[in-house]
Amino acid sequence: MFVTSLPETRVIAGVTVEILIKGQGQNLLFLHAGHGFQADDPLLAALSKQYRVIAASHPGFGATSRPNSITSMEDLVFFYLDLMESLDLTDIIVAGVSFGGWIAAELATRGTGRISKLVLIDAVGVKFSDRETRDITDIFATALEEIPELFFHDNEKAMAVLGHFDFKNMSLETTTRFARNREALLLFGWSPTLYNPKLLGRLHRVHVPVLVLWGADDRIVSVEYGRKYAAAFADAKFSVVKDAGHYGYLEQPAAYATEVLEFLVAKTPVAA
Amino acid sequence: MEFWHFSEQSMHPAWDKIDGPTKVLVDNRLCDPEVAHKLYNRYLDEWMIADELGYNIFVNEHHASANCMSASCLLTLGILARQTKKARLLCLGVPITNRTDPYRVAEELAMIDVISGGRLEIGLVKASPFELAMSNQSPARIMDRYWEAHDFIVKALTHKGTPFSWEGEFYQYRNVNLWPRPFQQPMPPMWITASGASTGRKVAQLGYTMATFFNGAGTRPLYEAYKDEYLKTHGRPAPLDRFAYLAIVVCGRTEAEVQERVKKVKPYLEVQPRTPKAWSNPPGYESVELNAGALKSGVTGRINFGLPPNPTLQDMAEGGIMFAGTPDQLYDQMVKFSDRCGGIGHMLMLSQAGYLSHDETVDTLTIFANEVAPRLRAYAKQKNEEIVQAAE
Repeated sequence: MFVTSLPETRVIAGVTVEILIKGQGQNLLFLHAGHGFQADDPLLAALSKQYRVIAASHPGFGATSRPNSITSMEDLVFFYLDLMESLDLTDIIVAGVSFGGWIAAELATRGTGRISKLVLIDAVGVKFSDRETRDITDIFATALEEIPELFFHDNEKAMAVLGHFDFKNMSLETTTRFARNREALLLFGWSPTLYNPKLLGRLHRVHVPVLVLWGADDRIVSVEYGRKYAAAFADAKFSVVKDAGHYGYLEQPAAYATEVLEFLVAKTPVAA
Repeated sequence: MEFWHFSEQSMHPAWDKIDGPTKVLVDNRLCDPEVAHKLYNRYLDEWMIADELGYNIFVNEHHASANCMSASCLLTLGILARQTKKARLLCLGVPITNRTDPYRVAEELAMIDVISGGRLEIGLVKASPFELAMSNQSPARIMDRYWEAHDFIVKALTHKGTPFSWEGEFYQYRNVNLWPRPFQQPMPPMWITASGASTGRKVAQLGYTMATFFNGAGTRPLYEAYKDEYLKTHGRPAPLDRFAYLAIVVCGRTEAEVQERVKKVKPYLEVQPRTPKAWSNPPGYESVELNAGALKSGVTGRINFGLPPNPTLQDMAEGGIMFAGTPDQLYDQMVKFSDRCGGIGHMLMLSQAGYLSHDETVDTLTIFANEVAPRLRAYAKQKNEEIVQAAE
């Protein structure tokens, strides 16, 4: 999920961005999770058969640069506003996973007319419970070895996705990508831990159709959290995928793709 | 050579009740306030005795740790500023990356310096990675935050006249006006801890005293980097008093007495490193380059203080972890180690550790002060003269 660089490089708003643009049709801006993604991501492969998928490594992640002007979630949101303008994207489906789902929700509250649909997959970013109850597992208080148990339903699939943690036999470029992803996720998500206290109160501003898709066995943010997230939007569908953890989109890519595609088709107005 | 008595103010009576980590997650019911009351006062007494014996004083702080109950080195020094008479008072250090308010740090430093009549030595440190769990300050960009806090504290301590304002990236103050100003002018001496050459060079540029802890074979290259950079920056060789080294020191009159005390101290080596894995190196605490290299090489840190399994006293002395012996043996061990590093100017002595009792600690301090320290001072004087002569 973090191994190889993306095929293209663009300079957007002063950031050197590695980016994947794949497929044809309506624009689908994909916002990756905290551990990064790679060009052969199976969910993206399925979506790119019907849509034009645009997926960049966020500033600080993968091989994308991070100037010190970008240190917060707000800065990331402004970066993606710049990216949408720079690539002149309109009528965009914004889809985000986990940390990327948080960026997607923030972007949608900014009221840009460029976004037409929103897909949140096991997203973080909001806080529901009281001050003494954590909604989101503190992933920063966990060791590397705990990633499979926390982020996945199926340990074998997890280890395959993670290259069996065989860092010694990976290239320095790969371990650098992995280390950069971990540091950048911490920079943007340290505290409040992976949420913006103001975001929940802003979600009513999202007027586009939303799909909230959840892994039944998500151990970072529960199904109940996902249900509440969906309920905070004016027009959201909530769906659960079985045998899937927080990174269920990597464990069950076909099931996630089916859910997303069905939602997008159902929400596309039929030409009069 | 100067000698600094150091104690981590440990809650060692709880150690045998702890199975896992001794920090961060350790159950605080094991920190019995009545036991802590006695221990704090005992450790303060030992520093006061050290003062009378001619030692300087070195205090630290950690958080949520059974190995160190000092939650604030400045609180400890605040007491000792009043209760001691001659000793230099070193905080090593104030973890400024954990403190949200460097203005308050500057104020507390200035108060200690004024109360003690100008005996404060200031160490500002990055802090151990596990402290970030408690301070909740981000490991990401930690050194950017460190240097801004450092620059602010230096300006606050040295500024005279009308208030100034500070609008930095991490800290903002509309009205900085230090009351009191420090007793020592322009400001108290500064220390920084380092283990790698790049930090060593930065400390050399500033001309501060550089301390390194249990660094063993890493010490010589660190000191050499400092010397090289110091000469380039300041146009003269770095004097011996720029170099400090921390190790455990155990002293006894006979080898049997030494062995008995070592046995009580040794559990420290096993207890001290027991940090929860998640907090041993959170992302951001070290650079991406270092972390990526460590993943690839599979080497994630030093195990057992860099010592072989079941280390002998000789292994521990040569590894710069523990100097233990009769006065003659200690003198030999320390001179050899100092020579191997290129010269140590300050011996930071962890002279209370593990289960070493009050009486044994005081006895160690007394024997060392009377029988070892004078000879090491003579050695260091000669060593420093060699440095000066070499430069001429």
